[in-house]
Amino acid sequence: MIINDNILKYGEKAVFSLRELYSRYGYAPYKMSKFEEYDFYVKNKDFLISDGVITFTDTNGRLKALKPDVTLSIIKNSKDIPGFVQKLYYDENVYRVSESSHRFKEVMQVGLECIGDIDNYCRGEVVSLAAKSLLSIDKDVVLDISHLGIINAVFDKAAVPDDKRGYFISLMGEKNAHQLVDACKSLSISAEGTLLIEKLCRTYGKPEKVLPILHEIFEQVPDRSSLEALCEILQSLDDTDRDIINIDFSVVSDIKYYNGIVFKGFINGIPGSVLSGGQYDSLMTKMNKKSSAIGFAVYLDLLDRLENNKIKYDAETVLLYKSGENVCDIKRAISKISEKSGSVTVQRSLPDGFTYKALYVLEEGEVKLVENNA
Amino acid sequence: MLNVALPKGRLGEKVYSMFEKAGFECPSIKEQNRKLIFENEEAGVRYFWVKPSDVAIYVERGAADIGVAGKDILLEYKPDVYELLDLDIGKCRMAVAAKKDFHDDPQRKLKVATKFSNIAGEYYSSIDRDIDIIHLNGSIEIAPILGLSDVIVDIVETGKTLKENDLEVFETIVPISARLISNKSAFKFKTESIEKVVREIQLQLSNKEV
Repeated sequence: MIINDNILKYGEKAVFSLRELYSRYGYAPYKMSKFEEYDFYVKNKDFLISDGVITFTDTNGRLKALKPDVTLSIIKNSKDIPGFVQKLYYDENVYRVSESSHRFKEVMQVGLECIGDIDNYCRGEVVSLAAKSLLSIDKDVVLDISHLGIINAVFDKAAVPDDKRGYFISLMGEKNAHQLVDACKSLSISAEGTLLIEKLCRTYGKPEKVLPILHEIFEQVPDRSSLEALCEILQSLDDTDRDIINIDFSVVSDIKYYNGIVFKGFINGIPGSVLSGGQYDSLMTKMNKKSSAIGFAVYLDLLDRLENNKIKYDAETVLLYKSGENVCDIKRAISKISEKSGSVTVQRSLPDGFTYKALYVLEEGEVKLVENNA
Repeated sequence: MLNVALPKGRLGEKVYSMFEKAGFECPSIKEQNRKLIFENEEAGVRYFWVKPSDVAIYVERGAADIGVAGKDILLEYKPDVYELLDLDIGKCRMAVAAKKDFHDDPQRKLKVATKFSNIAGEYYSSIDRDIDIIHLNGSIEIAPILGLSDVIVDIVETGKTLKENDLEVFETIVPISARLISNKSAFKFKTESIEKVVREIQLQLSNKEV
C-alpha cells in the first residue's frame, strides 16, 4: 500500500512516526476497548485530567464509561514480575471535558508506559523517547523536566507542613515566586528555607546552567538521592535529546499519584504542552501494585496548529460537464486534468458560493480551462 | 516579536508606562484613535488593548505571550499561565460586605451574591460555611439592600461605593493587585524577551520600594 504523504493531517503523520519510534525501542502495542466499567474510573477519579466521564448503561444494566484515560487500564492489566519491565505503547482516542469549553471532546493520544522493575536506565529511556517524540513532530521543541523528589527534599529542609505542600506545589507550577515567599512568611518558615524554595522556583533552563545551582542548593539539603537520580538520567541521554531539555520546577503533577521525575513537552507555536508524563509509583501503590511505573502521552489534537496547508477552496479543481456528454470523454478529461492537478471533482453544476482553484468545462468532448484562481 | 495583552483603561496605561521604561516602547499607542493593536518592530513588541477580564484568556490561548491581569481574575478562572510578578498596582481587596446591621446566623444557609462564584465558593468552603451562591454580573451592592442576598463578595478599592449603599466590609478574603502573566509555551521560546521584561520591571518595583 502506498500512501501519499500530502493526504495525511499533521496529527496522523505524527501517529505513524511515533508508533514506528516506540516499536523500534521494543515497545509492544496495547489496544483497549472504548468502554470500561464506570466504577473503575470513580475509584481513581482524582488521577483523571478531566472531571467528567461520559457514561451509559449497557444492555446488561451495568454502568459503563467511554474511556477518559488509558494509563489506568494499562496499570489494571499489568502484572508484578520481579526483574521484568512491561513496555507498551498505545494510540487511542480518549473522551474528556475541555477545560476551555467545559464540554466533552475527543482527544487523539499516543503514549507509552513502562511498568515493572524500573531503574534509572528505564527512566532515562522514557525521557529520551519523550524527547525523540517531540523531535519527530517538530524541530523547535522543548522538554521541561522536573523532579518531585527534589522539590520535596527542599520542602523537607524548609519544614513546609505536609498539608501545605499541595498549595506550595501549585505556586511552583505558576512560577509564582512572590506568593511562595509570602506563603513562607505566613507559615514562619526560616529565611534560609524561604530562600531555598524561592531559588528552586526561579531556577530553570539548560541542565548545564541549572545543575550547578541545584548542587549549591543541595549543599544545605541532606537528602541528595533525587538530585543524583536526575543527574544520572540526564547523563544517559544522547546529545540530540539533551539539546531540547530544560530543567524547570514549574513542571509539577499531583503528588498523590506522581513521584520522582515529571516532564512536559512544548512545541513553538502551540500555546499549551503537547506531551506530559512522569513517574507514578504512588498511583501503582494505590492500585495495589508493587511495581514502579513511568510513562507519557502526546496530545495530537493540538497539532493542527502546525498545519501549513490550510484549505482555502472547497475544491482544488472542478470539471463541469453537461448531461448527454459521453462517459468515456468525461473519463479522458479527468485523466488529462489530473496530470496537472492532483484532485479533481466532477460535477454537472455547482451551488452558489462554491470556491475552487481552477474550473474546467467539458463541451462536446473538448476540455477548456475557464477560470484559474491559483 | 513579543505580543503583550494590556488591560484597557487607566491600569493598562500605567502598565504600558512600565513596559516603556523597560525598553519596550511603542509611541503609536499614545495616539488618540480607536486602534486596538500597536506594533514597534524595532523594539520587537506588539501591544493590544483587551477587556481586563479577557487578558488571561488571550495569554492562556497563546494570542498574547504575556499580559497583565488582576489577581481576582486569576483566582476566579485559574488560567493555566505563569504568574511572574506582582506589579503592586491596581491594589484592592476581595471582601465580604453586608448591611451594617448584618448578623450571621450559622443555623441558616448564607445567601452570597457575587460576580466571583469560585472565589466565594472556595472561601466559604475553607471555613465550612454552607452557602447559596447567587451569581450576578454587576451592581452587586444592591443585592443585600433588596434582600436578594445576606452578603456580597466583591472587589473593594476605597469602600466609597459600599458606604454610599450603607454596606460595610466584614471580612477581607484576599488582597488583589495586577500581576504579570505569561503563556507557558511562549515562556519557553521567548525566554530572553520575557526575562528582560521581568528583570526591568522588577528593578522599577524595587526602586519604588526604596
